[in-house]
Amino acid sequence: MQTAKLSKWWAGFYDHDVTWSFLHSPLTMLASLVTLLLVGAAFGAPYLTSYTPFEPGSLSLMDAFLPPAWEAGGSAAHFLGTDGQGRDVLAAIMYGTQISLIVGLFSVLLSVAIGIPLGIIAGYATGSWIDTLIMRVADIQLTIPPILIALMIDGVVRTSMSNELHEEMAIPVLIFSIGIASWPQYARITRSGAMVERRKDYIAAAKLIQTPAWLILLRHIFPNVVGPTLIVATIGVAVAIIIEATLSFLGVGVPPTNPSLGTLIRIGNNFLFSGEWWITFFPAFTLVILVLSVNLIGDWLRDTFNPKLR
Amino acid sequence: MSEQAILEVRDLKMYFDVSKPLVTRLMNRLPKHVLKAVDGLTFSIKRGETFSLVGESGCGKSTVARTIAGLNAATSGEILIDGKNLTGQKEKSSLSDIARRMQMVFQSPYASLDPRWRVRDIIAEPIRAYGLADNKEDEREQVAQLLLQVGLSPRDGEKYPHEFSGGQRQRISIARALSSKPEFLICDEPTSALDVSVQAQILNLMTRLQDDLGLTYLFISHDLAVIDHVSDWIGVMYLGRICEITPKSELFRRPRHPYTRMLLETIPDLKGGTERKPMEGEVPNPINPPSGCAFHPRCAFATEKCTRERPVLKGYDMAKVACHAVEDMRI
Repeated sequence: MQTAKLSKWWAGFYDHDVTWSFLHSPLTMLASLVTLLLVGAAFGAPYLTSYTPFEPGSLSLMDAFLPPAWEAGGSAAHFLGTDGQGRDVLAAIMYGTQISLIVGLFSVLLSVAIGIPLGIIAGYATGSWIDTLIMRVADIQLTIPPILIALMIDGVVRTSMSNELHEEMAIPVLIFSIGIASWPQYARITRSGAMVERRKDYIAAAKLIQTPAWLILLRHIFPNVVGPTLIVATIGVAVAIIIEATLSFLGVGVPPTNPSLGTLIRIGNNFLFSGEWWITFFPAFTLVILVLSVNLIGDWLRDTFNPKLR
Repeated sequence: MSEQAILEVRDLKMYFDVSKPLVTRLMNRLPKHVLKAVDGLTFSIKRGETFSLVGESGCGKSTVARTIAGLNAATSGEILIDGKNLTGQKEKSSLSDIARRMQMVFQSPYASLDPRWRVRDIIAEPIRAYGLADNKEDEREQVAQLLLQVGLSPRDGEKYPHEFSGGQRQRISIARALSSKPEFLICDEPTSALDVSVQAQILNLMTRLQDDLGLTYLFISHDLAVIDHVSDWIGVMYLGRICEITPKSELFRRPRHPYTRMLLETIPDLKGGTERKPMEGEVPNPINPPSGCAFHPRCAFATEKCTRERPVLKGYDMAKVACHAVEDMRI
């Protein structure tokens, strides 16, 4: 009974358009594989490596500036080499990817959590002052680059906190500033969807039986418009990771005591001209691969779920 | 009017402001534009009967349906259900009591069902909204009963709307409308999006349900064959006004208003040989309707009086007609 149900589910899953499209897109499969590996390496870091690069006590300056294993003077114990303080670069990348992923994911969640409700409300109330208010604020915010807004919010928070507190709160602050900076695009997509749905007769049928507006928004409009927004959000994760890396590279993101990929690139950048290229190259390479893979998955999702492109 | 009237509409007006935005209007010194979609409609429907509104596209018949259903707020006029005034009704509880007894079947079988909901949830929506089921079991029982009533199987409740054909979806739509146990059903062109063969099935279903449940219908259509099939009384609409109200038999046997005659002449017959006249002219722009009788630019009997004075509905036998030519016995 159970196996019959399972095999039926499998048959349905295998026959599905989306599965077909996935299995016929080698690039997407590769991107998914790479993303899975990176996510696995990032969150499995404590189990995959014995190095704890961000506990100063475990570091030995004797190991500083070791090149990658295949270079002259490299050691197999530090496969991608070490930095100026003797940190293992590979382990640092794994922990750094974790921070980058957390910041990327949660800041997009925050933007979506702000953008979708506001977009639905604006779209449902098209033409009213609520719509105008929400969308004009979004428009104004869109004229300023998100990275500038994030910089500004981060700066304000920084001055209102003590140094120690800020060090501790760096990641939540970063998530907050990137999240606030990019809600307008989700609001816009959701609004355009809601504007189409509100004219349909199933909404009229719900109004007819005196359904309150908030219930119509929640039960009818939201499920029907959320799909496209979430697909765009996938690409948004890649963008958020880049914004985070940029901020960290500029020195206003996560502190070096608990670095992200961007911080690692910044630290390594100082040694680039003295020949220790691996300290900055490998984190940068990981960032490129991560962002590219997430972008490719997002692109594929968008194309697959857009009926006009099929 | 009579006591048994379940719906009474008195001088209903529905105007839409279609002006350009304020700034554009001020800069170009444009006047305000008002679209008189419904302009002074008065009629009533007796319990258990079917009243049809017929007319060309854009004559305002769907607006009438939506305004009576409460989806538009009327500009002026009164809508009475069982003698209770719907317009300007402030009290929520009494409004919801009236609303429960009135339901609507929509034109498009594709847009009128939420694609993300299971059919059983779609049908149960009004039951839940009005708290008509004692518990989940009772609700499931009611939904199954409704599905059977409209000729579907209770197992269809587990499916999603996209798994059904247009005709089946319209059955689901009818089941949803019936689920709040209404007495009065507004049908806004429920068959015009369907194949002719399926149209007949849906119309038969609707007449059967009317007999079984004693429903009253307000039926909107542009299709005279459909109107002939279901109606008891017919109101012919032209440019937001009713030009003739008449029993069905009278309409087809003895049309009075020149517009009604013109409509009837377009019906093809099987005998052939008779020369059919196509409709002449087009419906004028309702933003800027003709003076006097709105039909006069297309009317063969129009005189100078018709361009000046707006005719009012007057009784002739069972029918009521708004036409100067009929009044003056010129036709």
